[in-house]
Order: sequence, then structure tokens, then C-alpha cells
Amino acid sequence: MSEVKLFRTWSSPYALRIVWALELKGIDYETIFEDLSNKSQLLLQYNPVHKKVPVLVHNGKVISESLVIIEYIEDTWKDTPLLPEDPYERATARFWAKFNDDKLLPSIWQVFVTQGKEQEEAIPVATENLSFIEEDLKGKKFFGGQTIGLVDITIGWMANLISVFIEITGINLIDADKFPLLFGWMQNFSDVPVIKESWPPHDKLVIKFRAIRESYLSADVPK
Amino acid sequence: MESQEVKLLGFWVSPFVHRVEWALKLKGVPYEYIEEDIFNKSPLLLELNPVHKKVPVLVHNQKVLAESFVILEYIDENWKQCPLLPQDPYDRAKARFWAKFAEEKILSDGAWRAARAKGDNREKALGSTIEALEKIEGELKGKGKFFGGESIGYLDLALGWISYMLPVWEDVGSIKIMDPTRFPATAAWMSEFVNHPAVKDSLPPRDKMIIYFEKRLKELEI
Repeated sequence: MSEVKLFRTWSSPYALRIVWALELKGIDYETIFEDLSNKSQLLLQYNPVHKKVPVLVHNGKVISESLVIIEYIEDTWKDTPLLPEDPYERATARFWAKFNDDKLLPSIWQVFVTQGKEQEEAIPVATENLSFIEEDLKGKKFFGGQTIGLVDITIGWMANLISVFIEITGINLIDADKFPLLFGWMQNFSDVPVIKESWPPHDKLVIKFRAIRESYLSADVPK
Repeated sequence: MESQEVKLLGFWVSPFVHRVEWALKLKGVPYEYIEEDIFNKSPLLLELNPVHKKVPVLVHNQKVLAESFVILEYIDENWKQCPLLPQDPYDRAKARFWAKFAEEKILSDGAWRAARAKGDNREKALGSTIEALEKIEGELKGKGKFFGGESIGYLDLALGWISYMLPVWEDVGSIKIMDPTRFPATAAWMSEFVNHPAVKDSLPPRDKMIIYFEKRLKELEI
């Protein structure tokens, strides 16, 4: 019987993707919620390099960095694979997962934490990134094909947070006319039972992210 | 049997390209190298990598791949000889973790930043680069010749740029980053790495690199 612990916060998109990976593979695990403003001794001991969540501990082996964790989970538990078998398809999936973390997520975040001219300039960057992944959905229900995979759970944060961002800023980056495939995907992804069951509460997310946006805006030096 | 047609789009001084070349050489995979001028990108590059518009781009039997770490894993999975990543899932996770760490803390925002920066910016960048190097030094202690033990592997390829490019940046930026007395394991590893048969004859000429980075330093001073 293996022992799996996941250190995470209730809302972090990076942590949620680990929850989804573990749930999809039917792996038993214990969740330890962290308060990032008051990090536990255990977290600092387990992740001294980055001091961040998520952290996975499996039979005493500690792994951090969400995409590294997912690859570890994939290498260790073979049921319900998150990556295809073909090396080129695997490479394509890894490419898009990395694109999300390096470009897509930061560009959408930039729209969310700015206003005025800065925000106006951020929107086309995010839109261009969205158009790239819209392309990858052509002819597929999910990024992983018929079933969800690595790219779906990596980009899945969007299905969760875009509606929160719309409510707070009034800006809808994933318009159904402009990005019909992404729009449809967000719905399909949210409907997957394993995903639906672990959705953080919408109202709680609005409160949290509204406060975050406000703190970014008030930190702005008037130009 | 399917013909193996491998093309690599690269730029002569890019460490991201070099690591892909070493991987192909280690596995004995023949490839055609196409030099790109990244300051004047070709229509071919823009067509093959519209998302990032960068090198390296690997084309294998018309399948197009970009992002050097993604390419390394593809090469490892497609050609099984001379494995780059270890077999054990935890060892694989550690290799991937440290590769990402070094990329973020020593390469992108670390050493090159320190070389270009002045005053307080330099102190700050140097401090965090050295902190990151200390962690890498810790990983090398008692390992053997390379990060993977006796044979060269994924993490060695990911960090290999340190062995020949970092000294050039130190020269050009008049900055000491990798003190061999402070980082003895790393210094020993650097020497093993540059002398490895798959690496030795493929490094760009030092004087050419000096001229290139001197120019870039002037253009990118912070």
C-alpha cells in the first residue's frame, strides 16, 4: 500500500492539475492544505528550493514542480494514461503543456492584474496565445482526443477561472464566436465527473481573486 | 523500413540547439543541420515554429518539434540506444526538476543577466546565480563523472552550456561566477563534459563566441 500526500492550496491552478491527475488514475492520497502566507515547517522541509506548492510525497520521495509531478505520476501509475503512446504525440502534448505555463497562463494573468492602457496592450497577446491552442483542438473533443489528458488538465484552470475573471473584470477572453472550440472544450472539460467533483467553489474564488487583482492595481505607481 | 530523415534548424551559438545536437550525436542519429539567422528569421522557421519563432526546431520524417527539453524527451523515446533519462520514475523526476531549475535560475535569469548588469542589479543577479549553482554543486557531490553517474545523460545535456558558455560570459562581462574552489564538483564535471566525444568537436570556437557576446552585451546592457 503506497502512501501519497499532496501539499496544496485550495485554489492554485498548479495544484488542481495534480488533484485531477491523481483522481483520474484512482490513486489514494492525503491532502495537506497550505496557507502560503504562513508556510508550514513540513512544506519548507520538503521544498526548500522553491518553497511552493504543489508538492507530492510518495513513500517519502518528494517531488515538486507541477509538470514534473504529473510526469512522475504518469511514470509510476500506468492506469488511465495521461499521455499518448506515440512519441510525436507525446512531444506535442508536452509542447502545449509547456506553452500554457510559459506563455498562455501568464498572458491571461497579465490581462487580469492590469487596467487601462496596460490591460489594453495585454489583451492581444493573450488572444494570440488562445488562437494557437484553439488550432490544436481542431477535430478533437479534448486536447487528449476522446478522453482528457496532460494538456487538458494543464489548461483546465481556464475552464475554472475564466468565468471568475469575467465576473471581476468584465472582460471575456474566450468569446464563443471567436474561439468556438475552446468555448466548447471548457464546457466538456467541466462536465467530466472527476473534474466536476473537485471544482473549487466559484464564490470563494471570486472573493479571493478580486482581492488579488485589487492588490496588484493598488501597487501600481501612478504614471 | 521507414527512412529516417532528420533535420535540425539551429543557430551556431544557441545552447538550446547544442543540447539537441549532443543528444542526436550520442544516439548516433544522422541529421541535416540548417543554420538560421535568428536576427533575420527565414520563412521556413516562421512556418515550422509559428508559436515561438525560435530555434531549435527538429523535423523528423516531416514531424515538426520545438522547445529543446521537449525535443530531448522525444529523441530519447524515439531512439532507444544510449538512454538519456534514467529508468526509475523518481530519478527521472529529479533530472527534470533540476533541468527546469537550472534553466530558470542559472541560464535565463541568472548568469547572462549578471554578466550584463551593473551596480546593484549585478550584485542581485550574481547572488541568486551563485545560490542556484550551490544547489547544483550539491547534486553533483559523490555522483561520479556526470549527473547520471558514469555516463552522460539528460541533466548533463541540459546544463552542458555551463561548461563552455559560462566562461565566455564571465570574460565578456568581467565577472566571476563559477569559482572552481567554491564549486569543485561542478568544475570537475565541466572538464569531463567538454572532453566527452559527443561534445568536444561540436563546440563553437571560443573567439567567435567572445566577439558575438561582446556585441550582445553592448546591445543588452541593463
